[in-house]
Amino acid sequence: MPAVLEIEGLRKTYKSRRRGTRNALDGFDMRVEAGQVHGFLGPNGSGKTTTLRTLLGLIRPDGGRMSILGHEVPEALPVVAGQVGAIVESPQFFPHFTARDTLSLLASAGEVPASRIDEVLELVGLRDRAGERVKTYSLGMKQRLAVASALLKNPKLLILDEPANGLDPGGIREMRTLTRNLAESGMTVLLSSHILGEIQLICDSVTIISLGRRVAFGPVDEVLAQHSSGAVRVRLEATADLPAAADALTRSGIRVSGQADHLMLAGVDKPATVTRLLAEQGLYVSELSPVTVDLESVFLELTATAPVPGQHRQVDQSLKVGGSEQSEATGGGWGA
Amino acid sequence: MSLYRTELRRLTKRRFTRYMTLLGLLVLVAVVLGTFFTNQKLDADAVAGAERQADQQYEQQVRWSEQERAACEAAKAAGTPNDGRYPDDCSVISAPPREAIEASWFLPSTFNFRETFPETLIPFAAILALVGFVIGASFVGAEWSSGGMMNLLLWRPKRLTVLLTKLAALLTGMLAVTLPAAVAWFAGFWLVATFRGSTEKVTSGVWQSLALTGVRAVVLVLVVTTVGFALASLGRHTAMALGGVVAVAVVGQFGLGIMLEMANVRFMEMWLLPTYALAWMQKKVTLQDWDSCNATVFGECKPETFDITWQQSSVLLGVGVVVVLGAALWAMRRRDIS
Repeated sequence: MPAVLEIEGLRKTYKSRRRGTRNALDGFDMRVEAGQVHGFLGPNGSGKTTTLRTLLGLIRPDGGRMSILGHEVPEALPVVAGQVGAIVESPQFFPHFTARDTLSLLASAGEVPASRIDEVLELVGLRDRAGERVKTYSLGMKQRLAVASALLKNPKLLILDEPANGLDPGGIREMRTLTRNLAESGMTVLLSSHILGEIQLICDSVTIISLGRRVAFGPVDEVLAQHSSGAVRVRLEATADLPAAADALTRSGIRVSGQADHLMLAGVDKPATVTRLLAEQGLYVSELSPVTVDLESVFLELTATAPVPGQHRQVDQSLKVGGSEQSEATGGGWGA
Repeated sequence: MSLYRTELRRLTKRRFTRYMTLLGLLVLVAVVLGTFFTNQKLDADAVAGAERQADQQYEQQVRWSEQERAACEAAKAAGTPNDGRYPDDCSVISAPPREAIEASWFLPSTFNFRETFPETLIPFAAILALVGFVIGASFVGAEWSSGGMMNLLLWRPKRLTVLLTKLAALLTGMLAVTLPAAVAWFAGFWLVATFRGSTEKVTSGVWQSLALTGVRAVVLVLVVTTVGFALASLGRHTAMALGGVVAVAVVGQFGLGIMLEMANVRFMEMWLLPTYALAWMQKKVTLQDWDSCNATVFGECKPETFDITWQQSSVLLGVGVVVVLGAALWAMRRRDIS
């Protein structure tokens, strides 16, 4: 599948006399294929927004290469800008203009037909409130307006940074449906979000960034599979047989931990092996279920940002790629 | 072209632009009306009345001088010690000649187009320049602080094109206000002169000179507008331009003026910006050093002078615009947008 977006070795360094040097992006890579909904995940200050801003020409990179729709950017941004719709970080609009005015000015600047304004207002559910000033809008309504502005161009690549921010539960569901519909219509969507359940539900693939580097990427299922422990839960017809079963499995090289009414197995490649081994010992399985992991636990594991009781994790305390150590806090989340 | 039209639309849609323009125009109208109601046409009766008042003044002076001379002579005859009230020679106490008391002193205020109108172009330029500065600063400053600029750059990723197009739209807007306002200003004061003064001796040469002054006024408005725009873009906030002006006014003008005065610097006004704005409008400002004395053949003591011409002002204005706008363009091109 052709790549709509490719980033290789992207670097961005911020220098400050007071705070020293900080690598907001440290050789970051990303690839988004056509027609996909691609999740872009990372802790606060990991470099997500810096990546998106750099990609869109708002920040000058210090190294690496980027391409959108086969064109090298930022050089070719004027060529591809008409095919890229984006909202970056929290939506910001001139507060005294109405939503319709805001979209009308953008459409006019981008030479988009005025009829498209009503279409996107309808899509994001702002049709009846389009004549009101933006300053009267709630955060969720501003978010909808931001999505509308990004959709105005009917882009091939849609970049949404925290689109569900401020939305009510109904709005989140609508946004999910909208995203899926857009992807089904052939649009490629890059979705940055902290709502990992949403990402897992709607994304085909993900990239996880930590401290400016990619720590995981690929189809969601594969990322989950790569980071699942291969754990299997086993229950037997008779609880009294658990010690014998544990003994038999341990002898076969499987790591076993006994629980009151079941066994937890680790390092199991094929669950059928367990069934066969136990059956040979005259032990019969009543339940054999792999223990699944979700994206949240994978994210917390990869970025080492799981909360630890009694500790207050600082913004830049997360995992460095290729290592399991906690990075030293470099102070503040600026520039990310 | 679509971006230019969009920016023109954005400019005119903004309430701040509308209110500031309206306020500026109302002030201009108030000046014209104020001039109209505080002047009156001089007819034969007014001139005769002034002559009568001048005569009365002369007669009063004659009576007063005669009384004083008599008192002086009486004091001299009585041998009263001279306490400085009277001169030694009482005959020097005399009334001024009749022609020294001019009838024009007693004439009501009248608007002479040829003599007075050029002066009115200075407040005209100042008021519209202020309006242009504030609108220019707000137009781009609000875009930066509200995130509108970032949104626009996502649509039009050519930064310099976007900034310069915004500036072009702003200057077009200001020109669209300033030119008709200038025409109305000329017409308004012509009417004032017609009904409350005189339009005599307004030759084609005078019209040419007034037109050139008007053009300089328009240029000044556009230059100040550009500086406001560029300062706000440089600081990415309207307050940057307004704060910059307050800083320049307080520190660079008042503070500098006081310091130069304390240091007894000659022609201190040459270091102050308003002098150059005035020279631009009046074609020349002559500064005088009252501490110096150039004795004339008649024994007079004339101060040394220093001329600041409109050409010198044009260099300063040009350099100022190039530096501030250049810095804004450089910052637009180089700085990250976050």
